[in-house]
Amino acid sequence: MDSKTHIRRVRSIPFHSILALLVSAFILAVHCTPSARAQDNILTGTSSGATSIRLAVADFKPLAADPQTATCKQTFDATLYADLASAGIFDIVSKSLLPAGTPGAPPEIVLQNYSNAPSSAAMVAFGSLGVAGGKLVVNGYLFDTKNLQYPQVIAKQYSVDPTEDAARQTAHRFADEIVYRLGGGVPGIAETKIYYVDRLSPGIKEIWAMDYDGANQHAITHLGTDSISPRISPDNSRLAFASLGKYGFQLKMYSFLLDRYIDFPSGNGSAESPAWAPSGNELAYAAAPNGSFEIWIADSNGNLARRITSFRGGNVSPAYNPKTGAQIAFVSDRTGLPQLYIMNSDGSSVQRLTDGGYASSPSWSPNGQYITFAWDRKYGPGAPGGQDIYVIQVAPNADGAHTILQLTHDGGRCDFPSWSPDGRHIAYANSADGRPEHMRIWSMLADGTQRRPLTGPGADMPNWSWK
Amino acid sequence: MTDPRPFQPRSFRAWPARPHRAALLLAAALCALSGCHKNAATGTNPNSLAPTPAPLPPVPTASLTADPLAIDLGQSVVLNWRTTDANNVTIDGIGPVNPNGTQTVAPSTSTNFHIVAKGDGGTTEASVRVTVRVPVAPTAPADTGAADMGSEAAFHDNVPDIFFDYDSYDLRPDAQAATVKASSYLVAHPDIRIVIGGYCDDRGSAEYNLALGENRANAAKTALVNAGVAPARIRVVSYGKEKQFCTDETEACWQQNRRAQFSLDR
Repeated sequence: MDSKTHIRRVRSIPFHSILALLVSAFILAVHCTPSARAQDNILTGTSSGATSIRLAVADFKPLAADPQTATCKQTFDATLYADLASAGIFDIVSKSLLPAGTPGAPPEIVLQNYSNAPSSAAMVAFGSLGVAGGKLVVNGYLFDTKNLQYPQVIAKQYSVDPTEDAARQTAHRFADEIVYRLGGGVPGIAETKIYYVDRLSPGIKEIWAMDYDGANQHAITHLGTDSISPRISPDNSRLAFASLGKYGFQLKMYSFLLDRYIDFPSGNGSAESPAWAPSGNELAYAAAPNGSFEIWIADSNGNLARRITSFRGGNVSPAYNPKTGAQIAFVSDRTGLPQLYIMNSDGSSVQRLTDGGYASSPSWSPNGQYITFAWDRKYGPGAPGGQDIYVIQVAPNADGAHTILQLTHDGGRCDFPSWSPDGRHIAYANSADGRPEHMRIWSMLADGTQRRPLTGPGADMPNWSWK
Repeated sequence: MTDPRPFQPRSFRAWPARPHRAALLLAAALCALSGCHKNAATGTNPNSLAPTPAPLPPVPTASLTADPLAIDLGQSVVLNWRTTDANNVTIDGIGPVNPNGTQTVAPSTSTNFHIVAKGDGGTTEASVRVTVRVPVAPTAPADTGAADMGSEAAFHDNVPDIFFDYDSYDLRPDAQAATVKASSYLVAHPDIRIVIGGYCDDRGSAEYNLALGENRANAAKTALVNAGVAPARIRVVSYGKEKQFCTDETEACWQQNRRAQFSLDR
């Protein structure tokens, strides 16, 4: 496809319909509403701009004057606001437009103050928190500002340890309640984790984990070698990754239940890029026991390994369709530079999706309809653009072509997109000047908007947990 | 992320070609077969007795084969040679031999057997290489292990790293020359075990580059094995783009990083 065709094709797709596809396909699947009218409604509820649900997030009212309460409240307010602002389905009322006062309970709130301009909110989240009896008690409410008679949508009470971390986690839980209720029944992602590679020094990379918003960054491995490609199991119990040893890169498995490494024999020779089947019972990975990387599948203990590709060269980076488990996307150089392919999980029906350039790092959307990947599309001397994040629709259009959307532009080298479990976000690694030591992890909405950095430099290969 | 020749199509040949020696050998063998046939025919052809002007004496032909081409130390090989139009045939190391014949030999190291057939029409040569696989010595004690491996400096002088084109694992002519030199040193020093590390420049995907590094290291290994180095002496490790020799974003630097590196496997 030359550049002219590309531009024409992209222009011929209304931008808002792509937004609708990306952000609301998940919700559509949940609702099972086939009519076009329903899709319009979903679109107005989920796209950015004035048509999103306008939500006011009030600061919570402190119920005690002690410094512990103040610290917890500050963390809670900031976390709740950030969670809802980044959820991708709300038009958040700026804090400067909120009415004065901090209502802590239903009798204290005057809903008209929130529904009138300048707030013009359709919904308001508010509540109180305080340390009492050695516990941090949080009361959270979500009210419908237009329904004066029965405004209550959510009322939740949490009682947790009075720590800053517990306050942050409680804010995540309350935010997920709100997102679940207002976002079409899709669970929120504020309690999910992102696993990634932290580059401590050249030659030493360890696997780290953090909350979805970049907080709570901590090391998982302490192997003192080069560990890459973390992939968390669907039930969050095990972490598969590749680690450099005397015999090259081999697969390793860490159990969070046992708090230690467990055996994962991946055969002689190099093995890398593990990928969990959505069942959690199998992993696909790339291994080269005979000198050439092919895609293999084994059970979650590394047994019953079988090869499912057969094409000398490089076949790497498998990724299961998380909806069905029946398809695997992967990268292969069988026609030259590495391209994006899909196949059935038994190795049949191999199909090439990209039409050139240099493709890598596929990750499926949770509904199995899209694959995000890194692509240097115009690969060559003096070619415009660099390695960016793209989304491709797996099902072809009527003309046989696949709809392709470029999410990042002119921001340096981007790689390792990883789709969030709610389908609305994508984490990825970016280095503005292209240098590997400057890679940092970002997240964005799945339409490429609302980019924000989650880590400082030296973080790479994000992998978003399944839940 | 530009490269002077990124559009150079990657060869579809997924494995490096074996040295031309194999092809030559085959050609020589075919030639010898046809030559024998012709010789038998002319021997009974009455036309050759006709009083025609004497033709130029025919150029001798010679062929030399060995079966098998590779043996373990202590095993033997059957050499089989055929010549035509020769009146003096010698094989290096064996001496004068009949124009056609076979002989069983048991070389202790990899050997080039070389036949010279001299006739009125000139001289023809042929050769065959018999590879002797020397078993890897059992793990030696640490104090003598170093001595068996030879010095680090001598190793790197004789077994130089080899370099690759962008996104390619085909051996370039300079790399082929380097592996010839490396294999002769390794054949002469059978106690040396080596690790071949496959490396890539830092452009492109980390996971794909591990595959590319594996292919580069294996391309070097294949060249050494074809030249007579026992595969059991060679270990292959792909580092992909995880280890960089040079970190500038220039072609000169990237070239430094696209290599197969040879190290002593102590």
